[in-house]
Amino acid sequence: MTITKKQEGTALTIALEGRLDTMTAPDLEKELKESLDGVTELTFDFADLEYISSAGLRVLLTAQKAMTQQGSMKVVHVSEMVMEIFEVTGFSDILTIE
Amino acid sequence: MKEVTINATLQDIRQAADFIESELTSLNCSEKIRHQIAVAVDELLANVINYAYEKDGGKCRVSFSYDDAAGDAVIRFTDRGVPFNPLMVEQPDVTLSASERQIGGLGIFLVRKLMDDIAYRYEDGCNIITIRKKIRNN
Repeated sequence: MTITKKQEGTALTIALEGRLDTMTAPDLEKELKESLDGVTELTFDFADLEYISSAGLRVLLTAQKAMTQQGSMKVVHVSEMVMEIFEVTGFSDILTIE
Repeated sequence: MKEVTINATLQDIRQAADFIESELTSLNCSEKIRHQIAVAVDELLANVINYAYEKDGGKCRVSFSYDDAAGDAVIRFTDRGVPFNPLMVEQPDVTLSASERQIGGLGIFLVRKLMDDIAYRYEDGCNIITIRKKIRNN
């Protein structure tokens, strides 16, 4: 999985390419730990995300909880496959998906 | 039937995932179903790695077969770790809000949702989990 970050002021966009699974979720978790200080708008761009497993959902939930405290978070360009995972797990109600 | 045996470590998951993916690709499985199966494989291997063995060094055998009559991919995971039936794990409440959500518990839930069938048995000192997913309509 490739993680690409783009920061404009306090807005941070994180684009993921590949698979967010048991192997790669720790990379994203580490990246978020180092990047969220002072961020008020967090956007995940999932245009090139192939699929997500529960390890990835856990990281998203942690990020959502952090951003609820300090600003807002949204997920954009969600594929049909990833949306199915969000829907069956109820994450479509937890996350802001555009 | 084809199979691969991996060390039950994070680094070896990819080897098993690639094996399953190449089998599915050679059967002309759709991308959507391939990804659904990839998620299920990831969840079940994560379970073995996290719970089956107290220390690294355990193995997990992953076998793949295609049930021609049913059009099903059949994937079996065998480990010699502590007896653990994932089907007995309490299902998470997926209606809770972000702040109420517990981290975790979603893996087996996803496998149940994405696969057509999941079965567990403990036999000869092995945990054996078998999943089935229709990949072709015959």
